[in-house]
Amino acid sequence: MIRGVIVMNDQGKPRLVKFYDYQTVEKQQELIRRIYGVLCNRAENVSNFIQADSICGPDTQLVYKTYATLYFVFIFDSSENELAMLDLMQVFVETLDKCFSNVCELDIVFNFNKVYTILDEIILGGQVLETSSAEVVKAVEEISKLEKASNTTMLVPKSISGWQSR
Amino acid sequence: MDRPPRDQHPNVPHHGARDIPKHKMKGYIICLLYVEMVGHDASFGYIHAVKMAHDDSLSLKRAGSLAVTLLLNEDHGLTLLTRLCDNDPGVMGATLCPLSDLITIDAKSYKDLVISFVSILKQVAERRLPKSYDYHQMPAPFIQIKLLKILALLGSGDKQASEQMYTVVGDIMRKCDSTSNIGNAVLYECICCVSSILPNPKLLEAAADSISKFLKSDSHNLKYMGIDALGRLIKMSPEIAEQHQLAVIDCLEDPDDTLKRKTFELLYKMTKSSNVEVIVDRMIDYMVNINDNHYKTEIASRCVELAEQFAPSNQWFIQTMNKVFEHAGDLVNIKVAHNLMRLIAEGFGEDDENADSQLRSSAVESYLRIIGEPKLPSAFLQVICWVLGEYGTADGKYSASYITGKLCDVAESHSSDDTVKAYAVAALMKIYAFEIAAGRKVDMLPECQSLIEELSASHSTDLQQRAYELQAVISLDAHAIGSVMPLDASCEDIEIDKSLSFLNSFVQQSFEKGAQPYIPENERSGVLDVSSLKSQDHHEVSVHSLRFEAYELPKPVVPSRAPPVSLSPSTDLVPVPEPSYPKEVRQTASVSSFSEAGPSELKLRLDGVQKKWGKPTYSSPAPSTSSSSSQKTVNGVTQSDSMGNPNSKTRNTSYDSRRSQVEISPEKQKLAASLFGGALKPEKRPSSTGHKVSKTSINSGAKAHMEKGVISDSEISTEKTTPLQPPPDLLDLGEPSVTNMAPFVDPFKQLEGLLDPSQDASALDYGGSKSPDFMSLYADMPTSGQTSTVANPLSNNLESFGSANGGSTVVYPTQTNKGPNLRDALEKDALVRQMGVTPSTQNPNLFRDLLG
Repeated sequence: MIRGVIVMNDQGKPRLVKFYDYQTVEKQQELIRRIYGVLCNRAENVSNFIQADSICGPDTQLVYKTYATLYFVFIFDSSENELAMLDLMQVFVETLDKCFSNVCELDIVFNFNKVYTILDEIILGGQVLETSSAEVVKAVEEISKLEKASNTTMLVPKSISGWQSR
Repeated sequence: MDRPPRDQHPNVPHHGARDIPKHKMKGYIICLLYVEMVGHDASFGYIHAVKMAHDDSLSLKRAGSLAVTLLLNEDHGLTLLTRLCDNDPGVMGATLCPLSDLITIDAKSYKDLVISFVSILKQVAERRLPKSYDYHQMPAPFIQIKLLKILALLGSGDKQASEQMYTVVGDIMRKCDSTSNIGNAVLYECICCVSSILPNPKLLEAAADSISKFLKSDSHNLKYMGIDALGRLIKMSPEIAEQHQLAVIDCLEDPDDTLKRKTFELLYKMTKSSNVEVIVDRMIDYMVNINDNHYKTEIASRCVELAEQFAPSNQWFIQTMNKVFEHAGDLVNIKVAHNLMRLIAEGFGEDDENADSQLRSSAVESYLRIIGEPKLPSAFLQVICWVLGEYGTADGKYSASYITGKLCDVAESHSSDDTVKAYAVAALMKIYAFEIAAGRKVDMLPECQSLIEELSASHSTDLQQRAYELQAVISLDAHAIGSVMPLDASCEDIEIDKSLSFLNSFVQQSFEKGAQPYIPENERSGVLDVSSLKSQDHHEVSVHSLRFEAYELPKPVVPSRAPPVSLSPSTDLVPVPEPSYPKEVRQTASVSSFSEAGPSELKLRLDGVQKKWGKPTYSSPAPSTSSSSSQKTVNGVTQSDSMGNPNSKTRNTSYDSRRSQVEISPEKQKLAASLFGGALKPEKRPSSTGHKVSKTSINSGAKAHMEKGVISDSEISTEKTTPLQPPPDLLDLGEPSVTNMAPFVDPFKQLEGLLDPSQDASALDYGGSKSPDFMSLYADMPTSGQTSTVANPLSNNLESFGSANGGSTVVYPTQTNKGPNLRDALEKDALVRQMGVTPSTQNPNLFRDLLG
């Protein structure tokens, strides 16, 4: 099972935090801090896997990858495969890139709810739901269309420019 | 599930169920409901209800669903089965998650699902799922991974189940695309599965090939997977590690911490008596340099475990333990310290006193060397104090004043640690006692004297007691001390006279002087006479000023305190120097728990009382056999260095061939040789001095050891050969058509098999003719070409992206329409400035330079 997904920048500021088992906010903060502490001490060109027993409890591992200024981190247990998780992370980033065309950290900051929607399309309850980024993009577009039609609170804002004009 | 005999339920069909018309079946299902309602077990028919719930006809479906709802309770395995056979692969895949959880808890009750899992896996691997489940041209890799994990659980230690899996696992291993990440993920899962189920030579070979591919890869991720897989496979075929010795050593020296740790895990698994020295030394070197306490603890306990298990010599063991304690003493379990003390006290050799005393002197010597170092952990200091006290002067090499001086230094420099001080005082007492018993005059060092004085006024009652005891003991004459503190008697059992018969004459005297007879506790209640109560009250008042937890003691105990009443409270604090008492204390010194050393006056007084009349508080340290048994293996193993030799030739050749390809530093060669057998260059092998000493030290027992060595040698060799014996091989990777039959069984057929195994044949028949393979529904579905064509070039690009592994320098050409998006980026930048938000780096547009 995937225990959590964290996206943070290279200063340790969390940009997206999603835990699939209950963690108190304090615990979450502490986990993020400790994970950041480990990540920023990693050399370059090393493997993307870390045994996380000492951080997140027994039988946990994490896979991380840096994309420019962002760390993407997946926390999971032994029922998942490390390489597969790395690929899933790739799917996630790829999808973000498609949805935001040329994604940057600010996109994630300003459109965090859309990012969460995308993540929910890929991982559900700690299990892998979808591995095709095209499918995910389709589903997210569908959701935003529905929201537009029903005129409820926007879960998926269009983009920064839309936000600016308001 | 136990099925009642057939004739008990004549109404219910048993024969294959295929020739029963559907409407009749419905009637039977209803009968089944009644059978269950009356209270009989109708579980044999559940499966038909499940089947009927899948019927096309609405009325039948309704009856079936009704029966399922009524018959199956929530956590029944069949509810999941119904989902496992679902037409939608998504539902099927999701069902695997709870099933794998259930199987992790209890694999036994799901053995009958092996065939279903195998057939699903086979169909997935044969691309019979819709194209939309593909990822990087792998058919549903996450489902494959999950299934392989499940099969690994189900097949471990189960011959029949394992045999059913061989073909499909072999197929997948052959088909896996080892250029993509996800392909390697599936491959790795296959290796895990192969190493978990009963071994099959062909699969093991394939797994070994994949592992060598992983290890040769440049990617750290793949190396990591390779090392992990190697660790799994090494249990099955220990010789596989030798092929990869240099790769393993490279990983060990890699700057990547994750990889290093994984490699240490592997080394831990492959430790033998021949390479234990190198491996443990490496582990300790690594342990010294890390800050992560969690991992430090783990690696320290592993070092201890390996050292206890494989130590080639006593000296080496002591040295190793010293290092572990020195660097991680606060992290290891205190039991390890106690074990070490016991080991030194009991000695290694069977009955070889000489070796034992040599071990002790070497321990004393090493401790005297270490003792001056600052910041030694408490547990280690305890061991040092105990050993110095017990054996510091035993071999006559060091004078009593030298040892006591060192002990005083320890107590002074660790003034905040009461436990260490207590150990130091106990050791001082022993040294002085031994000196006096040997007839030598004792001159207490001035610093020692001041220490004792200081401690006799200590806040810790335990330390106080020890200080007074010490003073009391050294004032005795040589003979008394000799019986109180016999030399080197820490391993002797202590006979405890529970009836305290030696006090009989004293009691008799008291009676003659008119003392009251002792009334046992259970007879005492209700016979309190007023006078003693009164005097007791008076006494309690005098004590109460210091007592904060009032009324804690039950009243009935009161009369037993008659003697202390007559004493003044201040004398209560001082233990009466009775000959029997210090003897006890001396033994408890090493084991006594310090938790009850609270400064409660009342408690202390009770202590004294208990010692005389209560149940004995002290039980002799049971001489445990654990260390001595481990000792035996150790000695058997000391001789076994030569064991490696028979294999040396093959190793030499494999090694030489490798050497011709790559230039390898001699240092690495040496390390490889010592890690993987040591027979490569015997004369160059790093042999520790401790090792040599051990050989001489156990000379006298050598013959016995030799025999043992031979036995263990032969044992090991048989062990080595057993896994190689080929189990009945059902698998022929070359001809899949031969074994195709079994895995093609439809899950539904399997369900019917559940009903009655004796009718498998008919069930097979039925399934084959009637219900088509559920996956085949998708085989000829029109694929939405759109997705696949989009996915393919994309995936290729992504692979290159993933394998480059660089992060910042990678070219990321996924999106062709990406090029001239400069304007977009500028806009964003402008917006940021307008907002007053300063981006965390100079390049807010983080993917632009990546994507080109």
